[in-house]
Amino acid sequence: MLLLTIFAGLIVFLMAIGLYLRSRPILATKPLSELMFSTSWHPLRREFGFFPFIMGSLWITGVAVIIAIPICLLTAIFLSEYAPKWIRESAKPLIDLLAGIPSVVYGVWGVLVIVPLIKDHIAPFFGTFSSGYSVLAGGIVLAIMVFPIIIHVSLEVFRSVPYELREASLSLGATKWQTIKHVVIRKAMPGVIAAIVLGMSRAFGETMAVLMVAGNVAKAPSSVLDPAYPLPALIANNYGEMLSVPLYDSALLLACLVLLLVVLFFNIIARVVLIRVERSIQ
Amino acid sequence: MDKRKIEESLFKVLMVISTFIILSSLVLILATVIIKGLPAMNLAMITQTPKGGFYLGKEGGVLNAIVGSVYLATGAIFLAILISLPVVLYLNVYAKKGSRIITFTRFSLDVLWGVPSIVYGAFGFTIMLFFGLRASLLGGIIAVSLLVLPIMTRAMDEVIRMVPKELLEASYSLGATKLETALKVVVRQALPGILTAVLIAFGRGIGDAASVIFTAGFSDFIPYSLLRPAATLPLAIFFQLGTPFPEVQDRAYASAFILTIIILIISIASRVLTRKYTRNVVK
Repeated sequence: MLLLTIFAGLIVFLMAIGLYLRSRPILATKPLSELMFSTSWHPLRREFGFFPFIMGSLWITGVAVIIAIPICLLTAIFLSEYAPKWIRESAKPLIDLLAGIPSVVYGVWGVLVIVPLIKDHIAPFFGTFSSGYSVLAGGIVLAIMVFPIIIHVSLEVFRSVPYELREASLSLGATKWQTIKHVVIRKAMPGVIAAIVLGMSRAFGETMAVLMVAGNVAKAPSSVLDPAYPLPALIANNYGEMLSVPLYDSALLLACLVLLLVVLFFNIIARVVLIRVERSIQ
Repeated sequence: MDKRKIEESLFKVLMVISTFIILSSLVLILATVIIKGLPAMNLAMITQTPKGGFYLGKEGGVLNAIVGSVYLATGAIFLAILISLPVVLYLNVYAKKGSRIITFTRFSLDVLWGVPSIVYGAFGFTIMLFFGLRASLLGGIIAVSLLVLPIMTRAMDEVIRMVPKELLEASYSLGATKLETALKVVVRQALPGILTAVLIAFGRGIGDAASVIFTAGFSDFIPYSLLRPAATLPLAIFFQLGTPFPEVQDRAYASAFILTIIILIISIASRVLTRKYTRNVVK
């Protein structure tokens, strides 16, 4: 049991080490900084520049987070502070259900609803053309996918703010909204940021849904209506060819390692903040 | 009217709108899948494997993918239970309270939870290369079991943590060993929660595509051995949607419908089970 426990605790490290070992051949050919900032992606010529894909990931994640933050926080505040108990209790399973929908189904939905919406309505509205498969489509689909995690965590944080604090503020004549704005949100701020960071790293690593709606053109996007090719999509899309081209598998596993390290970094920060929040309340 | 009252009502309206957006996006997704998928459904979809020219619009079904997904998820769940149950029992019964290994394991599992599924796929793939395995059901099972391990372990951990300490002490005082207490008292007491954890993990495992894309491969046949490649429902959806033929795309919608129904059944089952088994629990 002890051994299994240690094993479970060490999986993260095993993954990082395994991926590092496999990506060493590519790191031996060029320095990391050149791989990260070069824009030329020609596996057959042994040029592996990750810049377009990193930018693709950043754009899509950014759009998703910008859409998700206000909607999620307003919902979490509503469910925690204003909504009657029955609404809160019936909203929870529905949000859980949203979390349970497989990402490929989100992808199908994105292709059926969001992509045509952007192509036929949003892009013409701004007087440009877009195939619909774009940063915006990926961002919208991802935003919906991260709703559950951000709401879930921030709801817990809001609920954990002690009632005495709210009562003290209300008794001084503050309105309910003022209390929320100046007391609850201020007290819950670190936890809320942790919730957003967790959502963000989920969006950064999400693969299938983004692969289906983002367009996958290996060029850094310059507007939200451009197609993008995020890192996870790159990895998933090229699994077939990667063993036939030299260094290709090493490059893709390096992309995986980068993904893993970025996500680990954000997750570790968020979890440490959440643990602090939990302790400060007890 | 008071300015702060106006501000409050404004934000209240925004909050209701946001909540509405979130709930309606759920309804919209389910409705789209049902509206597009239901007309494309037929008996052949769930009773036949792909016949020749299936991806050009000829006949057949996705039975290979349904069975493949069920095999894969079931295998992965078993493997994950074998690891997570001992870990959880160790954390809650054996390890000293507040010891470092508890904090570390919980933290590390929480972090593992956030690792993207494509990374599990790639890691599974490197393990397979190491052992000289080809894309197979077994490879998929290993990758998916790693993927669901943190979800399952942390979900079980949360319920087992809630088991009252008095219950453990009562069991010890009757002369039971730690192992007996763990298996006969703790597990039984936490059974509804454990079942829910297993079902949540099963749902996650059956719906994940990115982790199996490298590891399980794809095949038009139902796998008859652990070493054969296996089709999975999410990948079947992805491949069918990627073809230029409307008939095949319709089948992707039907497959998405099947997958969504499976997920809905699992989610409802976990709720019903929780209710049913909570009766045997000492409060």
